[in-house]
Formats: sequence, C-alpha cells, structure tokens
Amino acid sequence: MTLAPETTAEPPVAPPGSEPDEAPRSMLRRGWEVFAENKLALAAVAILALIIGFCFIGPLFYHSDTSVVNLSAVTQSPGTGHPLGTDNDGIDELGKLMVGGQTSLEIGLAAGSIAAIAGALYGAVAGFVGGWIDALMMRVIDSMMSFPLIFLLIYLSSVYGKSKGMLILEVGLTSWFGITRLVRGEALAIKVRDYVDASRMMGSGGTRIIFKHILPNTIGTTIVNTTFSIADAVFALSTLSYIGLGLQAPNNDLGGMLDVGTNYASQGYWWMIYPPAVVIILIILSFNVIGDALRDAFESRLQKR
Amino acid sequence: MALLEVIGLRTEIRLKRSVVHALDGIDLSVDAGETLGIVGESGCGKTMTAMSIMQLLPNGGNVVGGEIRLDGRDLLSLSAQEMDSVRGNDIGMIFQDPTTSLNPTMTIGRQISESVRIHRGASKKEAHERAVEALSLVGMPSPAQRALVYPHELSGGMRQRAMIAMALANEPKLLIADEPTTALDVTIQKQILELIDNLKQQLGMAVILVTHDLGVIAGRADKIAVMYAGKVVETTSTRALFANPRHPYTEALFQSLPERSAESGDRLYSIPGLPPDLTKPPTGCRFAARCRYAVDDCRTNEPPLAGTDEQHRFACFLPVGAPVYRTEAEPVAAPTADAVVTERIRESRDRTQAETLLRIEGLVKDYPVTAGLVLRRKVGAVSAVADVSLSVHQGETVGLVGESGCGKTTVGKLIVGLEKPTGGSLLFQGRDLAQAPRTERRRLRRDVQLMFQDSYAAMNPRMLVRSVMREPLDIHRVDSPAERDRRIREIFDLVGLPLSALERYPHEFSGGQRQRVGLARALALRPKLIVADEPVSALDVSIQSQVLNLMRDLQSELGLSYLFISHDLSVIRYLSDRIGVMYLGKLVEIGPAESVYSNPVHHYTRGLLDTIPVADPAVEAAKSSQGIAGELPSAIDPPSGCRFRTRCPAAQEICAQVEPKLTAYGPDNHLAACHLPLRPAAAASEEVQPALV
Repeated sequence: MTLAPETTAEPPVAPPGSEPDEAPRSMLRRGWEVFAENKLALAAVAILALIIGFCFIGPLFYHSDTSVVNLSAVTQSPGTGHPLGTDNDGIDELGKLMVGGQTSLEIGLAAGSIAAIAGALYGAVAGFVGGWIDALMMRVIDSMMSFPLIFLLIYLSSVYGKSKGMLILEVGLTSWFGITRLVRGEALAIKVRDYVDASRMMGSGGTRIIFKHILPNTIGTTIVNTTFSIADAVFALSTLSYIGLGLQAPNNDLGGMLDVGTNYASQGYWWMIYPPAVVIILIILSFNVIGDALRDAFESRLQKR
Repeated sequence: MALLEVIGLRTEIRLKRSVVHALDGIDLSVDAGETLGIVGESGCGKTMTAMSIMQLLPNGGNVVGGEIRLDGRDLLSLSAQEMDSVRGNDIGMIFQDPTTSLNPTMTIGRQISESVRIHRGASKKEAHERAVEALSLVGMPSPAQRALVYPHELSGGMRQRAMIAMALANEPKLLIADEPTTALDVTIQKQILELIDNLKQQLGMAVILVTHDLGVIAGRADKIAVMYAGKVVETTSTRALFANPRHPYTEALFQSLPERSAESGDRLYSIPGLPPDLTKPPTGCRFAARCRYAVDDCRTNEPPLAGTDEQHRFACFLPVGAPVYRTEAEPVAAPTADAVVTERIRESRDRTQAETLLRIEGLVKDYPVTAGLVLRRKVGAVSAVADVSLSVHQGETVGLVGESGCGKTTVGKLIVGLEKPTGGSLLFQGRDLAQAPRTERRRLRRDVQLMFQDSYAAMNPRMLVRSVMREPLDIHRVDSPAERDRRIREIFDLVGLPLSALERYPHEFSGGQRQRVGLARALALRPKLIVADEPVSALDVSIQSQVLNLMRDLQSELGLSYLFISHDLSVIRYLSDRIGVMYLGKLVEIGPAESVYSNPVHHYTRGLLDTIPVADPAVEAAKSSQGIAGELPSAIDPPSGCRFRTRCPAAQEICAQVEPKLTAYGPDNHLAACHLPLRPAAAASEEVQPALV
C-alpha cells in the first residue's frame, strides 16, 4: 500500500518533545523511581538485607550449632565467647538468633507466597466467574474470617503437626483471605474493561482471560499484599511458637526463643528476650514499610509524572 | 473598555522534575453580552485559560505573569478571600461533567442556595427561593419540586441545567462554560447551548465558551480565539474566521473536518505530528514543526499576534487566505458537487449489489430488569434493540447513527458476539451464527472484528503492543509463531506504524496512534467486516482525519466492509455508503448516505440533522428548527406505536396506536418508518421485504 504523504511524514511513534528524551521507561523502572524516593522504604530494604545476611551468611563465620546442650554454661550473661550470652540449655544466643531468624524468614516467605498465590487465584476466579459461584466462594471466605485465625492455626498445628513444611502450609493457608477479597474486587472491575471484551470477542476463554488479563492487572495489589502477608506469617509463626505450638526443639524460630526467654523474665535475663524481640519487630516493620512503598510505586505508575 | 480583559497571561505548572509553561502570553477580551469562543486541540491550554481566570489551577499551577481585569479590577492582585467573593458571584462557571461537579449527598436546591447564602448573606428561606427562581430560569420543569431532589434523580441534561442554575444564581457578569455539552447527547447539547445563548441575552452576561468542537463554536460564538500550544494564534469575529482563516493552523483544522469533504469524498487533510511538549516550548513559531508552509524564519523567530486590522489578528509570518476579508461570500465550488454526489450514489449502488456479507433479521435484545437481591425475579425488560433488520454488503460501509441509548452500540456488540440476541437472526455469509456448530461459529466470528471507541481501554495496559497484536493470532493458533510475527509486521506496515512501536506499551502512544494500533489488531485475523464503534469520537479533528483516511485506504486496499457506529452525522456521512438512523432500539430510517442526509424522510432524522452543529456560521445561522425537544424516554417501557412520537413535532393519534413499518421512499432502497413522512412514499409503497433492507 502506498502511504499518504501525511502519514509517512509523521515521525515514528512520537515526535521529539512529546515524550521525555530518555528512552521509554518501563513500568517497573518508573515504579522503582517512586519507590526510591521513599527513604524509609530504602532503609527498610537495607535493614532487611542486613537481617537476611546476618541469618544466612552469619552462620558461616560464627558457631551456631543449636543441637548441642551445654549444661555447664546455662543462662550466662553476655561476655567473652558469648556476645549475647547463652540460653537455658547453654546454647549461644547469637548463634541461635541466626538459626532462629533463618527459620522465621523461610517460613514467613514461603507461607506468604503461598497465601499470595492461593489468594490471588481464588479471588480472580471468584470475581471473574461471578454470580452464585462468586457468592458461594466469598461466603466461604467470610466464614473463615469470622473467627480469630489464631484458633484455626492452633487447631491445624495440633492436628497436622509442627514440622517446618506443615507449618508453612498451615500458616500459608490461613492468611490468604485478605488478598482474596482485594483481588476479587479488582477482578470485578477488570472483567468489565474493554480489553477483556476485546479478548472475549477474539474468542478467548475464561482461563486465558484470568491468566493473561486479570491476574497481571492485579499484580500491584498482589505484590503489595504479599509483603504484608509475609510480615503476618512471621508474626503468626512467632505467636504459635510462643504458645508452644510452633517448631519443636532442637529446631528454633524467633517466636520460640521469645517463649523461652519470657520464662526467665523474672530473673532479669534480658539477653534472652530483647534480641529475638527486636529482630521480629525489625522484620515485620521492614516488610510493612516496603509494602507501603510498593503500593505507592504501583499507584503512581498510573499517574502522570 | 471590555468587561474582562486578559493581558499577557502566563501560567505555569510545576511538576516533580519539570515546569509546564501551560500559557504563554494570552490576550483576550470579552464585552458584556458577547460570547467569546476558545477553541483548539486538547492540551493547547483552553481549560487552563479558564482556570487561570477563575484561579482554580491544579496543584503546582501558578499564574506567573500578566493581568486579568474584570470590570477594571485586577483579579491577580486580590487576596484569596477577595477572590472567593468573585468566584461564584461575579464569575460563574459550568464544568464539563455535571455528574462529578454536583455533590451527590446534597439536594439540587441546597447546592444552589449554598452559593447564594455565601455571597449574598441571604437567609435559608430567601436562598431557597432564589434557587427555585434560578431553576425556573434555566427551564427546569416544576422547579420547586426539582429543588428537593438529589443529582442522581435527574437526567444528564437536567443536571447540566442545575449546574447552570448554580452558576447563574448570583447573576454573574461573566459565565465561563468549559466544554459544557461534551458529556451530553446531541439533542440535549442543542437545548443547553440554546439556553446559554438565551440567558446571555436576558442577563447581559459575557460568556466564554471553551470547546474543541468547531461546530459548537460556529453557531454560538461572536468572536473566537484559536489556541495552540499555550498561545492564541488567531483571533477575530466568528464570520471572518470561518470565511477567511489566516493562520495555517486554523486552516488545517477546518480542512480536517469531514463535513468539508463529505460531498466530494476527497481525502481529509490531517495535521502531522503532535503538539509540542510545553515543558520545553520550541523556539520560533510553535506550530512550525507541523506547518506545511513553514520556512526557516518560522523556526527561529516567533511571530507576534498582529494583523491587518484590529479585528483580525494572527501570529504568522506567512498567513494564508486573503489579506482583506470580503463580506460577500465567495462563490462556492458547487457546480461539480452535484455530479460528485450522483457519482457517489451510483458507486454505493454498485456496492449494494455486491454479495451480502452480513444480514440481520428482526434482531431483538432485551436486558432483564430484576428486583430483589436473592431471588432476582424479573420485573421488566430494557428494550435495547427492537426488531432491527439490515444488511452489509461486500466492500460497503454502513453507518449507524443515533443518540446514546438508541441501541446502536448494542447492535454492534450483538454482531461481534459480545452479547447474545434475545430474538432474530444474524446471518454471516448466509450462515446463521446462532445455529452454526461451535467450531464453525468460531471460524465465522474471525471474519467479524470490533474496533473500539477507546483503543487504550481496549488494550491490556500491562501487555506490550507486540503481545496485544499477537493475542488474536495466538487465540486462534494461526500459523506458526514466526509466521504470526511476520503477519504483525505486515499489518503494521499497512496501517503506517513503525515496527519499533511493537516494543512499547499502549500508554506510550498518542490517541491517534492507539487508534491505529486498535485498527491493526482488528485486522490481524484478516476479517471481512469491521464493526467500528465510535472509533474517532475521542480524537481531536486533526487526528480524527488521519484515522478516517486510513480506514478508507484500507477499505479499498483490502475490500473491507465496515459497520460504522457513531453519533456524529458528518463523520458517518463522509465514510458511509448507506446510513441507518436508530431511535430507542428501532431502525427508523435507512438509505443511501446522500439521500438520507439531504432528503430525510423521518422527523427524527430531520431533527438530528438540525441538531448537530456544523462548523459553518452561515449554516448554523440558517437553522431555524428547534431541533429535537425533550429527552430520550425510558427503554424499559418504550412508547407505544412509533417510539419517537413523544418528541415528534408531527405526532398524531395514529402514531400512538399503530407501529409504523419501514416503507420505501425513492428508488435507492431509501426506507423509513413513519406514518406522517416528510415527503410522500414511492409509488409502489408496499411493505418492504427484509431482503431488500
């Protein structure tokens, strides 16, 4: 086809000046720029990186064997050889903190991811299908949310076990209801968009629409809430362990350490309480701050610069 | 001295990393009882001018220079509090969308009386009385009762009347109307514009009418300021501007209007490129980059806003048009027009005799209205499409026109399969789509594609244009993946898009280019018929013409058929071989484009033609008809007999009792459904077989 003069005369894509001179920035790139403006979030990322380094790289340089009981050195206060003292079994607190932090982070990340995937899928399907199926699916969620989750967790961990794998599943499968509600809400809004109509008109089925159009467009909500649910999972695990229904010795996590520590609170053994408590707080706080910043990043991506 | 004088107004908007020089030296003046039209493409600073006068700039916006004098008083020197007493009192403003500009939790009356109480210190009772008075002024039926209702209980047109009442409650000296009818239907648009005109004369106000619609401005403004990239490029009286535009930008805008080429069917002029980025305004004339006459001087020196006389000023070194405006109209190049028209009709007839691609017979679509949350029992039905029959032939363009709510979009959705018909049949190439087995239906559907009004909304914002283009091919597993990519490149070539566009996201494109991508996607499956639902109504005229030209080129290139749905008769007329007019779910008239346009039979068609603003002051002034009165009745319980009878100037008893059938008027399959037609039926006036439609 011979193009008309005015169409060929048109500069490619956009004339200079109508767009920023830099190469087109991807959505992620622009999101990152907004994220980077949030100094608190950058601090949270740094703190989280430090904690992860401490827990996963620390053991390479520091003795962190938590399986050998040393009854000759129980509840020692911080000093040479034991910078953070020892616990009631004579295990070095600093090493125990590294290993416990590892477990908490692993379970938190894994459970949070399970929650995100399950929640997003369930919500997208419910929102897209709609009608009575959606109503039924959401009433199930409502009833799950109508009693304190901790009871559910206690029940699950007592019945199905307290191994690491089971705890991941248990915590993960009890913390996706919030994400589901949010994703369903978005799916309801997305499914009436023109691009879903366009796709339907081209002949695509429900599965394709859910995976190609609905889920990618809820990614902002999902990622943001995944960070929150990781924080929640660390918290839930700590709670479970604190009441003695989490990991069993010699495995350890931060909540379990706190549980042991508080048994000695009256004796003033502060080194058994504050270090795990501070690390728990830092982890949860960091994930929450990062989540907030991510939400801003994803939202302002849609705004004009 | 003029009532409002704006001298050298400069406004900037600070963004995070740059400053937009939104307005750069705007000079305007409006007298009492005068309407100044501000016109230009989107983003040229029209609204920013209005907002600067009101000092209601968005965050980061600041007037950085110039003067705004209202009655000799410099508004820029006023304190924020003093300005509060000017806004809503001396200056009233009407916004584009009455739905978002009214508070949904307050009654209409309270919202109007609020401003009366603030500015006049009136008591509650007095203010309410004033509100009712203002509502009756704007022609609100039973104003005392309407003052007590909430905005959602009113129709769009009534809401805009309420907005006007609010703006007028304190009898302002100046009324600023920012795109006051863009969100409204054409028939309502005419009523609202007429109302503003009447009120202007009644109250002796000055009016600033901001609009992108050259038709609106032609009929309503006394003088016009054409804006481009934050500057006034030409200003003069309406008559002089339309008869003798001097600035190449104004000329280009006029030449891209489809009504200018509707009769000849010539290609439309389109302005290449986009307006400049106002964070870094170009040196020299801002239009130079897009101007076909630009010379080196234009790119280095900025032309001042000057002119041959005080009345007509323009900012151009190389003005177009005649240096002196002659009052007697130049002879229009009419002689050839007739021949061209007959030529076009003949061509259309050839196409009509081509193979029938799509035939709709007695198509019905009802949407159930349900009550109750759980049981959802059916309490009624919205009759969106009622017994519509029409056909589209190979290589033909059929235009479907009507107000919003007339069912034209639903017809489009039914054809492409986004909705299931309640009754009637859809035959594509002779095969009934509803009866065809699943696989065949899928194959047939591939040949009918939809082009959306807003291509941006119709593209997943998280997909690269490459993936957007691949989607239809992937769904239908057309050829091998490599072959699919090759086909995409071929189509991009065809629609004039660079291949680099494939690696971008939809939001990185301008409106016109998105529409190109939209058309490209619709073409990916090599369809035979494209249903285009308002494909250019969201675009500026200069861009609109690019898309219209492209659609035409592709039609002759690929032998496509179009079903072109639009509320804009001039666009429809430009592109269509035949036009169908719909009203409240019914097809009331259909026939060859020229015949329907210049010789309508149905009163609704006549009304629509009178209602739609034409970008020609002479034509606008000649219009005597009041257009179409009233508002579209509810489709839940449509009027008996002829559905148009409630708004028809000629309605009689028979219209309520008997539903009129489509009858032939003239030899070219010009059909209309009216008991009291505007011209007599053809000799053999028999009921028409659906096959003929």
